[in-house]
Amino acid sequence: MLYREAGQFKTTYAEDMAIFPIRQDRIALGILLGIAFVGVPLLATFHIWPFNSEYLLWAILLPFLILALAAIGVNILVGYCGQISLGSGAFMAIGAYSAYKLGTGVHIPLAWFGFAISIPPLPVLPSILLGGLMAAIAGILFGIPSLRIKGLYLAVATLAAQFFFDWVFLRVPWFTNYAPSGSVNAPRLDFFGLAVNTPIERYLLCLIFITVFAVLAKNLVRGNLGRQWMAIRDMDIAAELIGIRPLYAKLTAFAVSSFIIGVAGALWAFVYLGSWEPLAFSIDRSLQLLFMVIIGGLGSIMGSFVGAAFILILPIMLNLIPTQLGVPLSTETITHLEFIIFGSLICYLLIKEPHGFARLISIGKEKLRLWPFPY
Amino acid sequence: MVRNKLILAAAMLSSAALAAPAAAQNEQFIPILSYRTGAYAVNGVPYANGVADYYNLINERDGGINGVKLLVEECETGYATDKGVECYERLKGKGPTGAAFINPLSTGITFALTEKTTTDKIPIITMGYGRADSKNGAVFAYNFPLLGTYWSAADIAIQHVAKEIGGFDKLKGKKISLLYHDSPYGKEPIPMLQVLAKKYGFEFTPIPVTHPGVEQKSQWLAIRQNRPDYVLVWGWGVMNGTAVKEAAAVAYPRDKMIGVWWSGAEPDVTPAGDQAVGYKSLMLQHGAGKFPVHADIEKYVYARDKGASEPGKVGEVLYNRGMVNAMLGVEAIRKAQEKFGKKPLTGEQVRWGLENLNLSDARIKELGFEGMLKPIRISCSDHEGARDGRVQQWDGKGWKVISDWYTANQSETEPLVEEVSGKYAAEKNVKPRDCSKES
Repeated sequence: MLYREAGQFKTTYAEDMAIFPIRQDRIALGILLGIAFVGVPLLATFHIWPFNSEYLLWAILLPFLILALAAIGVNILVGYCGQISLGSGAFMAIGAYSAYKLGTGVHIPLAWFGFAISIPPLPVLPSILLGGLMAAIAGILFGIPSLRIKGLYLAVATLAAQFFFDWVFLRVPWFTNYAPSGSVNAPRLDFFGLAVNTPIERYLLCLIFITVFAVLAKNLVRGNLGRQWMAIRDMDIAAELIGIRPLYAKLTAFAVSSFIIGVAGALWAFVYLGSWEPLAFSIDRSLQLLFMVIIGGLGSIMGSFVGAAFILILPIMLNLIPTQLGVPLSTETITHLEFIIFGSLICYLLIKEPHGFARLISIGKEKLRLWPFPY
Repeated sequence: MVRNKLILAAAMLSSAALAAPAAAQNEQFIPILSYRTGAYAVNGVPYANGVADYYNLINERDGGINGVKLLVEECETGYATDKGVECYERLKGKGPTGAAFINPLSTGITFALTEKTTTDKIPIITMGYGRADSKNGAVFAYNFPLLGTYWSAADIAIQHVAKEIGGFDKLKGKKISLLYHDSPYGKEPIPMLQVLAKKYGFEFTPIPVTHPGVEQKSQWLAIRQNRPDYVLVWGWGVMNGTAVKEAAAVAYPRDKMIGVWWSGAEPDVTPAGDQAVGYKSLMLQHGAGKFPVHADIEKYVYARDKGASEPGKVGEVLYNRGMVNAMLGVEAIRKAQEKFGKKPLTGEQVRWGLENLNLSDARIKELGFEGMLKPIRISCSDHEGARDGRVQQWDGKGWKVISDWYTANQSETEPLVEEVSGKYAAEKNVKPRDCSKES
């Protein structure tokens, strides 16, 4: 009854083409943003339950936001453009290491030419964004095979990117500024003179990033480019026949997707981990992101958030429950139980709803419109 | 309706999961980060059991430390850095005063936590692992790589090689390879070995093995072609057993292999059976076997059915190491209680206890660790406390100690510690403390 758009007349094209044409959606989103931007920081500042320790912010919300951002990136490529990628972890790593290099100063000695390229350390924001740009360039390069190969074969080609960059960041000491252990430390997080240190500040920083990128991504997929991607995804030959250039569509998808993933990688390294090694961006990370997108819903920005929450937070919750309820189980049993329950949930969900949470949400919306007499 | 109930139940569960449990007042909280699952579980389980049993012993036998009971909670990291960070965040604020200290049992997690623990003022004890430059307590106020860093280990290993071949002058022209786990853990000894290679003139080749280390064919092929005189093994978990088996497959003599102290426990050699006979490894002071403290463990913990391990595995190398690790933490709390009172202490207070920890032979004997440990004395400028080791050899049934005590040569390690920790201090804007003013 509440969720009914009857009576909301649209009198201009702009209204008709708005991101959220339904008023209730706008209100819901406004409330959500209000909670995220004002409510959570307020509760956390005054240590009100459930924010009485830093745990929820540090260990749950922060990684959730960053991985949701990465999932949006993966969703653009896999969900909207239909190009399966197993190299997302590598693009995160490129973003992270490029941002690290730019943030600590780049020095490339070119002995043959008798000079050296030196870039002084950049501030954090430009290094993160340029890190994304580097990932975009790498994404375009590794996207070129997608013009010839499709489906599983493309997945294997992107897998090559994953292993290649794993290897590069492990073995080329230049990328880690010759750190003896191969583990690098993020530079200090200064944004326009403001130091970002406390969990609340870090949370807000990531929230701003993800809000900006989610809006950008949502608008991209609603526009010309997004329609080209979806046409390519649905049938590339037909898309070509109606005048869409696969080269342009596929490579832009790779570029935009890798850019967002790269920025997420830089945030993961700088804001969440602070100190990291290539293992943080291993093949496991790529698969984790792909699962988020599949579970959340291919071709849905909203789904990226829900998928990230499901894949990231649910295992932690499953792990926490027995201890909190005082069930005397050993940690290994709890961990094994976590795997079993989580695995079964994924199977159940994919059988019941192969299109993921995004589809469940849209079904829910349809039912709500007809409530209290859904059919 | 059913769905509503389910949602309600889920909501209740999650709220219960998030609510902090009511904490008793006279308890000292100690988190245990362990891994009982995954590729490193074979080594993680005995270690975690040793830690858990020793804390249990303190509670059962002494009723805690001076009446302050130990409250312990384990968290499974699976040796993964992000899980380790999550565990740390989960446990750091528990108990009346928060975590007393943290043992991440992974060099990767140590790197990730170093900055956080300094902000949170919780000491991070990395006994025999962690970042070697954190020996310099002036820069790393909260890191304690007790009993030996990897740079000390590298030095001890080379000392033993020199002794076996008849002197340091014989090292010239020899080939020594390092087969290492390709992670911060395995990479730590490389700079030290490079320094030693330059000094003694041996040819040093690092050979990386990708996590988790079950695939080592190409590495051992390279070793067969290169024929190094010695292979140092810096492995963990399944990697160790695989290395021994692969060495046998390419007929590389096992007695020319020297593992670090993390590559010298029972689970590392038993899977290889007879092939492992002759394999050597460093000892982080202690080895396998039972000592007076084990009698107490059996009497107060296992006899009361509170033991974590299978009774037969009490006294294994890693079990003992877990115990030593727990003991040093407990003694640090005891030391801190002398200054701050017999009550639950904060991490900052325990840090003082760690930095002023001084275990004499008499005290070690009192604790029941005689024969396992040499005296240890920690100070502001020396967070390592002791740098002694021996070498043991597997004879097919057990580990036999085959060498005398070696002490890592500080004149070798110290310049590197100064250099790398100085770099860290500059990068992170840490102002080194003046150790002459610390008390």
